[in-house]
Amino acid sequence: MVKEHVLSHKELHEEAADDRVMFGFWIYLMTDLLIFSVLFATYSVLHTRTLGGAPGSALFSRPLALTETLILLTSSFTCGIGMIMARQRKQAQTLVWFGLTFILGLAFLSLELREFSAFIHEGHTLQTNAFLSSFFVLVGTHGLHITSGLLWMGITLGYIVKRGLNAPLVRKLAMLSLFWHFLDIVWIFIFTIVYMGAYT
Amino acid sequence: MSKHVGKGHIFLHRLKFGISAFIVLELIIFVVVLLSGKNFAVLNPKGFIASAQSNVILLSAAILFTIAIPTLVILYFVAWKYRETNTHAEYDPQENHGKMFDFGIWAIPSFFMLLMAFVMIPATHRLDPRQQISSYNKPLTIQVIAMRWKWVFLYPDQNIATVNFVQIPTDTPVEFELSADESPMSSFWIPNLGGQLYAMTGHVNTLHLLADKPGDYAGSTAELTGAGFSGMKFVARASSQDNFDSWVNEAKNSPSALTSEEYAHLLKPSEHNAATLYAKTDPELFSTMLAKYAGSHDHGMHE
Amino acid sequence: MKEFFLGRLNMHALPHEWFSVGGTAGFMGLFILAAIILTRTKRWKWLWNDWLTSVDPKKIGIMYFIVGAFMLVRGGVDAIMIWLQQALSSGSSHGYLTADHFQQIFTAHGNIMVFFVAMAFIFGLINYIVPLQIGARDLASPFMNTLGFWLYIGGVVMVNMFFAFGGEYAATGWLAASPLSSIQFSPGVGVDYWIWSLQISGIGTTLGAINFIMTILKMRAPGMSLWKMPLFTWGSLCSMIMAVIVFPLLTATLFLMFFDRSFGTHFFTTTGGGDPMMYTNLIWMWGHPEVYILMLPAFGVFSEVVTTFSRKSIASYTSNVLGMIGVTLFALSVWLHHFFTMGASADVNAFFGVMTLFIAIPTSVLVFTWIATMRKGRIRYDTPMLWFLGFIATFTIGGIAGLILAVPPADFQLHNSLFLVAHFHSMVIGGVLFGIFAGLNFWFPKFTGFRLNDKIGRYSFYCWITGFCLSFIPMYILGLMGATRRLDHYDGATGWQPLYISMFIGGLVIATGVALQFAQILASYLQKYRLRDETGDPWDGRTLEWAVASRPPYYNFTVIPEVTTRDAFMAMKSAGTVKTVYEDIIIPKNTAAGIYIAIFAFFAGFGFVWHIMWLAFVSIIGAIVVFIIRGFHDDSEYTLTAAEVEKLEKARIAKAKLAVPGKYDHTDEDMGLQQLIGISYTFLIDIVKNKRWRTW
Repeated sequence: MVKEHVLSHKELHEEAADDRVMFGFWIYLMTDLLIFSVLFATYSVLHTRTLGGAPGSALFSRPLALTETLILLTSSFTCGIGMIMARQRKQAQTLVWFGLTFILGLAFLSLELREFSAFIHEGHTLQTNAFLSSFFVLVGTHGLHITSGLLWMGITLGYIVKRGLNAPLVRKLAMLSLFWHFLDIVWIFIFTIVYMGAYT
Repeated sequence: MSKHVGKGHIFLHRLKFGISAFIVLELIIFVVVLLSGKNFAVLNPKGFIASAQSNVILLSAAILFTIAIPTLVILYFVAWKYRETNTHAEYDPQENHGKMFDFGIWAIPSFFMLLMAFVMIPATHRLDPRQQISSYNKPLTIQVIAMRWKWVFLYPDQNIATVNFVQIPTDTPVEFELSADESPMSSFWIPNLGGQLYAMTGHVNTLHLLADKPGDYAGSTAELTGAGFSGMKFVARASSQDNFDSWVNEAKNSPSALTSEEYAHLLKPSEHNAATLYAKTDPELFSTMLAKYAGSHDHGMHE
Repeated sequence: MKEFFLGRLNMHALPHEWFSVGGTAGFMGLFILAAIILTRTKRWKWLWNDWLTSVDPKKIGIMYFIVGAFMLVRGGVDAIMIWLQQALSSGSSHGYLTADHFQQIFTAHGNIMVFFVAMAFIFGLINYIVPLQIGARDLASPFMNTLGFWLYIGGVVMVNMFFAFGGEYAATGWLAASPLSSIQFSPGVGVDYWIWSLQISGIGTTLGAINFIMTILKMRAPGMSLWKMPLFTWGSLCSMIMAVIVFPLLTATLFLMFFDRSFGTHFFTTTGGGDPMMYTNLIWMWGHPEVYILMLPAFGVFSEVVTTFSRKSIASYTSNVLGMIGVTLFALSVWLHHFFTMGASADVNAFFGVMTLFIAIPTSVLVFTWIATMRKGRIRYDTPMLWFLGFIATFTIGGIAGLILAVPPADFQLHNSLFLVAHFHSMVIGGVLFGIFAGLNFWFPKFTGFRLNDKIGRYSFYCWITGFCLSFIPMYILGLMGATRRLDHYDGATGWQPLYISMFIGGLVIATGVALQFAQILASYLQKYRLRDETGDPWDGRTLEWAVASRPPYYNFTVIPEVTTRDAFMAMKSAGTVKTVYEDIIIPKNTAAGIYIAIFAFFAGFGFVWHIMWLAFVSIIGAIVVFIIRGFHDDSEYTLTAAEVEKLEKARIAKAKLAVPGKYDHTDEDMGLQQLIGISYTFLIDIVKNKRWRTW
């Protein structure tokens, strides 16, 4: 009798905690969005200030940006399916779909790094002018978020293998997928404003 | 609760004592200041703009005191009247304030703030620093470059230049074109003549002033600029047109000229520079200086 | 090689000037003293287990107060040094400080007072009081709360670190105006210390703010709708929402500045296409709301104090709450009034001027609700009420000054003058700090179980208000005389010196007020039996924090109360529905993860300051690893059974009954200053004469 009471009490407590944590994570995402909004604002102020250097239209490759976008969009899709599987507690499928997401994320990141290193080799660095400073920091911050998302994903998947797909891990996956979709949305803005915007 | 009885009296006694002490102290300060006959520069205008600005300050203050003083008086009266020891005063712990109360406490400050806005909006446009001052006299243009830590004044039409000193004719509108070279943001301010504006690299901010009365007025940077900040001062001398003309002649005969070498020398950080006159200046100096920052500030706020 | 390991750090960075040697020695002395006391009294374990690793918001609140009080003294010393320099440095005398050093002091003063004093006290009050007011046992995320606190401590250490390494702080003013703060004009490490002390503590603030929003919105006692929430909680909620909106802007802006200074980017530089005006905009988008983040909880404190001591419910709760919400909304849209003089068009200036006027409307509404609350009340003048009366006067004067400054043409003449400095000190001292003091006097019995000494509290208030007038009325006058702020020297012919001297004297009077506040706490402690609060409700309180014992048990409420009205506890008292039943309680376990992460964050910042990149990156990885370990740690709570709760409660009541009067409790009055001095004197004489230290 007593034990039953404790359990239900605890369950109620955990359910409420779950609800709170998700709410808190939404607020966190909003703060992160504000950080990005500052970076977008600085980019929009500084993107014309090339001091005679190459403008975005001469640097960016549209096919590359489009490929990156498609990869990230696909990864959001696989992440979404992974989440459905996780909610149904289908461990193997969850691992497969999130594993796919992880690989796509890695692909995106490597493309971005290749783009960056190509720019740097051609002498277009962070220090060259205000346009490039704001470009590298905006896109790089997004890349850093992707990296931390991948780290988070890798560790969570590791724990799923180790502990099995339990409720706390599903909660972590739910937050992770929110984060991943959020990064996707930020990327859409980067794609539109930075890569497409350079040609208008 | 008996321990609290009587505290009201002690409190009031002390409050009275305290308040009278402050009043006395502050009176002493005021008297000392007023008797010393010092310059309340902001409220002691010697120029057209400064008078207008001083009027705006006084008018705003008058409007604000109209609401603030009664509020304070009522508050302290209520605080005194409804003290615990005054058992004659009404006590209504469940007092219900009607809708009118809510309406009133929003309406009163709204009214005063709208009044302030009616003063503010036209004044802001009328006293926009880039607004030209209409006058029979032809405006005088002076280019001002803030440096670490000195003010350089160029007179493009007279072809002279000065450091930490500027002379202007009275009753003539003066157009100061403010910029800076290798310097943090500085703020150009002559309190007796009118309000300040920032001098920034790569930008030209235009400030129009007009002196009514001859005299020497203190000018400085109001914005922190680093180690030499407090020495970054100049004298603004307003004089008659004749006096101004003879000063220009004197400057033209000055032995030194503001060459590019001399300019490079000035650019080096230095503190407490003495007032200096230069005869000739390179007419392109200001635009060359600005060109150094070209491409940096194509989104300037002044545009 | 050496550069790799030590970056820019070298022998020359070690203390060698009087202030850096003095500062380092002072801090080291304090730490050694603390260490000796802790070792002698065998309290290390207690300190670590009961306090440092605690996730109890009440203990974290107390730790915020202690550090905040310490930093108040630290920032106060800066203030006195500033005023002394200005009182001396007229005409041929140049005072005792160099211009650069003087500028570092006022920069540090501003940062310390805003971030590490005002924020600390506000966060302390919110930590302690909000969960109690809303009938919650804990915060939504106890771990994030301790992390936020320790990141704040990381910022505190960072802001003082320059004493030991580098010997220079930023000399740029409290917001590090760009381009003065760029590497071109400030090549030293001072600005880097500024960046990292704000960055680390600012991230802590964001975490804390997210946590409190979660707590307030999701953890209120059953029945407590938003419109039944106590006003201090409302003020805190508005404040935290604003913090969540603007602190990310600060984080981003500081990162950009860090990139400019350390990696040569061109965001805010004068060359390379950078735009210093963008920095001015970004920093004030955060900087202006920051002041309201401090102000709103203080408004809440005053609402609680006025209602309790007038023994009436608030006049028009709706208007009061809408007032606070109005302040929150307007505060986000007025930042440009900090730089009307940068050359924006008249239309832009007028728009921001009008927005600034509008913020006065909800603020005035708050004042009117307080007046109407006092009317037909039975006002008891204990110390908190005194601070309220002082607040109204200074805040009104400061408000008038602020509204004059909001008029762009007037601002052209007053901006960057001492008039402006007097204005914001009126708001921050008269508004925020007096609010904090009112709150501390009001809730002190809840924190400690005994009230604060009333007599010495009054003396302290009188000192503060007198000192305030002596300092800041001359400051307004000086502004009107055309004195710019931040002057380390001025001409003798200006005739400003008497006013500067008055400011310095005022500073000493305020310092006396601070000393008296410490004396007040000591005197109260000595008479803690006489001043004890047995009921948990010493002021006939109205809200739920008074429904629990003083000090509250760590689970706050044995039973979560059911709320039906505003002023919930008042209603319960009159209905007689304060029940005693026991239930199982789930308690979060203590954790040191917050401390470890903050230590790593500190070293990351330190590494970046000195360009010791390996240290920075290792520290960041360390912080991430601790965060991950903590994040996947599921066993962070334990259950206290109903039987255990009952035992604890009974033990607490039994212990309270055992309290006996101390040596100084046999009087009818609060101890006066004279008696306190006498006691301290005897105490010291006793130590010296009988060589008491031998038995410690």
